[in-house]
Amino acid sequence: MRDVATHRVKTGLAEMLKGGVIMDVVTPEQARIAEAAGAVAVMALERVPSDIRVAGGVARMSDPSMIAEIQVAVTIPVMAKARIGHFAEAQVLEALGIDYIDESEVLTPADEAHHIDKWKFKVPFVCGATGLGEALRRIGEGAAMIRTKGEAGTGNVVEAVRHMRAIQGEIRRLRSMDPDELYTAAKELQAPLDIVGQVAEDGRLPVVNFSAGGIASPADAALMMQLGAEGVFVGSGIFKSEDPERTGAAIVEATTHFDKPERVAAASRGLGAAMAGIEISALAGPDGDGLLQHRGW
Amino acid sequence: MTVVGVLALQGDFEAHACVLERLGAQARVVRERADLAGIDALVIPGGESTTMTLGIKREGLAEPLRDLVGAGTPVLGTCAGLIMLDRDHLDVLDVRARRNAFGRQVASFEEELDLPLGEASAGAEPVRAVFIRAPWVEEHGEGIDVLASVDGHPVAVRQGDILAVAFHPEITGEDRLHRWLIDRANARRPEGETGFAREAA
Repeated sequence: MRDVATHRVKTGLAEMLKGGVIMDVVTPEQARIAEAAGAVAVMALERVPSDIRVAGGVARMSDPSMIAEIQVAVTIPVMAKARIGHFAEAQVLEALGIDYIDESEVLTPADEAHHIDKWKFKVPFVCGATGLGEALRRIGEGAAMIRTKGEAGTGNVVEAVRHMRAIQGEIRRLRSMDPDELYTAAKELQAPLDIVGQVAEDGRLPVVNFSAGGIASPADAALMMQLGAEGVFVGSGIFKSEDPERTGAAIVEATTHFDKPERVAAASRGLGAAMAGIEISALAGPDGDGLLQHRGW
Repeated sequence: MTVVGVLALQGDFEAHACVLERLGAQARVVRERADLAGIDALVIPGGESTTMTLGIKREGLAEPLRDLVGAGTPVLGTCAGLIMLDRDHLDVLDVRARRNAFGRQVASFEEELDLPLGEASAGAEPVRAVFIRAPWVEEHGEGIDVLASVDGHPVAVRQGDILAVAFHPEITGEDRLHRWLIDRANARRPEGETGFAREAA
């Protein structure tokens, strides 16, 4: 009997993306450059996060015609973003035959209490997380892949590092617990008990975990991979750099050879200027409301 | 111990390494030419075939991989691995693969398949085959044994000691294909000799 779009098929596609780089693109031409640079998938969107920051206003799902043009331009998987909680945008993306939906804090949230019920969809979802509890809540809602949120559009890796260390540290903490301590741990993490138990036993998330939000150089990619990422998303970091072709290929090479400094060094040579980047403290007001990572619950 | 190289430029190489180590083989991650020295068998995993093709080119791995397979080293390729072995890529398997043949991700599926693999599968249960943006074999030469088909298209083929499948046995707990690979590797080397011993010599 044939079973279409099972959870294993959804998490399985993320397994196939491991060790790779997923690149944000805004035109078919950029998608072709990303594919030729070795991207494992492209994220089709109207503006990269750094431009969304500048533009302000409400950031929504991209125009379907632009997504369709990118789908015919490349043979690698095409991902697209829906607003947090905006299941109608997700339905549209599924109807377009998108390969993965990113329920993303980079767009303006559509629901301030609920994320999309991702179990209802045939298309798999990736969701951002700043810590283990958030990651496990998303997995409980049906996410087939997780990424650190970092702070998108900044070219500053510090938040991605914070989030990856938080997730890995909390996993280590769960591993060291007695089984009878997991109930309270689940309560504190605000995460489903069965998934908490599974993570405590396996010592890893039950789905693939990439890093995103501020990666702008080959060394950034190598850093995140050594911290436990299984692959990286690069948003503004490629097409906001001086030489996107070479920067893209160099980040791909550094992601593969993340544990060989001499290969990361070779990949890093002569790339020209990376994207400018923003200091995080310049974004956060007194209540931190300039930060995209605080979107999502 | 049998040393099995797992091409690890990108893709689900860790899943393959886990199955191999569970079966008592040593899995060796292969990212550069030097990593190929002394391996008894090779796995080319699932992943993105475009990315893998570019990686093989960047690392100068096409020629040593062809030499290795040409010398009779047993090979298992899954999904993108099947594509890498075909006429348009490494050209060691006499098939032409069609990429993403079953459609986009929303059409990805699981199905049970009978997979006649000789001793390893005698009287065995069918394989739970997971197809993810999978290819199929569009055309093949006469020396190819078609072991299984879906919708009339070959999805598991064998040519001597090369086994290539369009699905992912490595993510379901299935180990018969890896068992076959290790058996083939052990069958062709002199008693007691391992990849380690050859490398040391």
